Amino acid sequence: MESLAKQQIIEDLLPQKFGKAGKIWVGILLAFCTLGLVAYILQLKNGLVVTAMRDYVSWGIYISNFVFFVAISLVGSLITAVLRLTQAKWSTPLTRIAEIIAVSAITFASIIIIVDMGRPERFYNLFLHGRLQSPIVWDVIVITTYFFVSLLLLYFPLLPDMAIMMKHKDVTGMPWLNKMYSFLGSFWKNTAAQIHISEKAINILSITIIPVAFAIHTVTSWLFATTYRPGWDSTNFGAYFISGAFLVGAGAVVVAMYVFRRSYKLENYIKDEHFDKMGKVLVLLALLYLYFNVNEFLVPAFKMKKSEEEHLMGLFTGEFAIVFWFAISTAMLIPILILITKKGRKPFPAFIAGLLVVIGSWFKRYLIVTPTLLHPFLPMTDVPEGYKHYFPTWQEWSIALGSLAGALLIITIFARIFPIIPIQETITEIEEHEQA
Amino acid sequence: MKTNDTSRREFISATLLAGLAVTGCSTGKNPFEPDAATIETVKPSGEMIKLLSVDGEVIEVDKAFLKPVPSLPQVSNELARQGIPGKKFVMVIDLSRCKSLKKCQSACNHMHNIHPGQNWIKVYPQQEADHTAPYWQPTTCMHCDEPPCVKVCPVDATFKRQDGIVLIDSDRCIGCRFCMAACPYSTRVFNWEELNLPKEIANQPYSCETSVPQKKGTVGKCDFCPDMARKGELPHCVSACPNGVFMFGDMIEDSVTNGSETFRFSDLVRDKAGYRLMEDLGTKPSVYYLPPVNRNFPFENKEEKEETKKS
Repeated sequence: MESLAKQQIIEDLLPQKFGKAGKIWVGILLAFCTLGLVAYILQLKNGLVVTAMRDYVSWGIYISNFVFFVAISLVGSLITAVLRLTQAKWSTPLTRIAEIIAVSAITFASIIIIVDMGRPERFYNLFLHGRLQSPIVWDVIVITTYFFVSLLLLYFPLLPDMAIMMKHKDVTGMPWLNKMYSFLGSFWKNTAAQIHISEKAINILSITIIPVAFAIHTVTSWLFATTYRPGWDSTNFGAYFISGAFLVGAGAVVVAMYVFRRSYKLENYIKDEHFDKMGKVLVLLALLYLYFNVNEFLVPAFKMKKSEEEHLMGLFTGEFAIVFWFAISTAMLIPILILITKKGRKPFPAFIAGLLVVIGSWFKRYLIVTPTLLHPFLPMTDVPEGYKHYFPTWQEWSIALGSLAGALLIITIFARIFPIIPIQETITEIEEHEQA
Repeated sequence: MKTNDTSRREFISATLLAGLAVTGCSTGKNPFEPDAATIETVKPSGEMIKLLSVDGEVIEVDKAFLKPVPSLPQVSNELARQGIPGKKFVMVIDLSRCKSLKKCQSACNHMHNIHPGQNWIKVYPQQEADHTAPYWQPTTCMHCDEPPCVKVCPVDATFKRQDGIVLIDSDRCIGCRFCMAACPYSTRVFNWEELNLPKEIANQPYSCETSVPQKKGTVGKCDFCPDMARKGELPHCVSACPNGVFMFGDMIEDSVTNGSETFRFSDLVRDKAGYRLMEDLGTKPSVYYLPPVNRNFPFENKEEKEETKKS
């Protein structure tokens, strides 16, 4: 009976070939990536003039996209590390989803920051002439660290699963895939000693990744908070960024849970209970983020210093008001209202709430970057009229959408070649449960 | 003493015209001294010109012996990063003299071959509050003693020199634009596209001191024209201003000049109640402003007038 259940689990969770919908999905993503690539080639050829950025708005949607990617990647540490260390067993089926979101998001965060550079071919100067005093160098250091720790946290739990996949070569399909599995994981013999080392390593990494995750997003917030500009000059920024990051990452996990459950028929593994629990987590995080937003906007608005006034009024009632209130309500208020009820935490409404969080959070990042730059200390003077406004060009949109599509493509392809729910861990947990 | 000597010699050789008869210049290896071959081929024209020699004597030279001196060779990147020893450059901008002619701006744009539409010098129509007087406020780079831009640069492409000047190495800049976000004076501009420069300028190697040629994908800004200072001349904006708004000089010598008037810097700033912009940020600018009192010109905002006419 037990071995049959085990067999069933393996069959359910082994990666599956793309169906028709899967192929169309990959096709769409590839199309967006290609469009982004074409736009980037144009940008390399002509310079950043193809963007709508100019001397005042010198950072645009590339940078807000970067902040968005870094934010979303924080979920890897939340689900794998925080929930693991607090021994929330229910999160086991979600760990790999969270970790691949983290790895693909941090990869594209690095790519998009290179896209934003005026001289990407001089990237090596960061190593040749790097100044440790610059927050950009801190960001490079912590993001690289986070990338590798996340990659290891993805890799170690995969080892026993790769051993299982090698036993089921016929199911997995293509022979080159089997070669890759054996290259990546043939040393894994599932011995007690190996399992012990692996568990120890995962524990150490889980502890390590928490400060590193805090560091990547705090340092990212410091790229803004270390300047004098109204809207950025805030001691609240680190905590404000981190809370927002956990929120958007958790939202993305709920969306991914729903999509994987539907397309791979994983109802027995990603259960309604998971949506219920993640729904509660989302409410908590949204309330937390709301709290930091109140701090970020209410306190300066109470004082209305002259330099802040223009910026704040632009957000509250001015040219950014629609985006501002849209972001606040879709990223926080509406999801809280949906998820606070038990019915709202059923898979579909939770999925909608998660989607709203992700979309609202993207626009929130845009609002963090751009409006501040349009309100400099000295009024915008002696520049062409086009320098005084910002609306992204098609090249910028294409590159931004292309990078988002690229991140989704990594996740999709990963789920095609690796089990998106850890097989071995699921089996072990069921066995432990039965023994108990 | 030695540095003084050289700079004076450089000054004279570059501004005046070096000739055979300028005997004072013949000490040591002078790159501007004409060789024997040129002397023999030149025939005296008979028209004599009076010159001041380095030793302070008035001498007469035949016009035919005079020839323009080529500009001094550019200093190496390493020297440009160090700056001129024993100097602390400072600028004083007298707001009571400015009527927004923008001659400073056009001279600067021309001499640095800046992208059309962009400006390193901006002239702001300023008015602090509804009932206070409007005035013109030209801004250059503030060359702060605590420069926020230098603080954030990840690759040391923008740097502060011992003479107080903040410069950019466009051959090193990676174009991240963090410095632009950090500068509270909005003084930095970015070269968003390839500049349409004459070939001779585009092909010359970049010099941090002339900031020429500007390069695509890098940041540019006012540089206080240290190449001119090396020659003992004034920055282009200073000499271009017909109203003497800009005064440039050395804080250690305690003197600033706009070309026709020279002031003791400390007296000027004290007597006219000089101040710096955004003192509260702690950036410690090297540019001082004299308040717009007893103005030479009434404030007239032509742009605004044109706009109201249109509407």
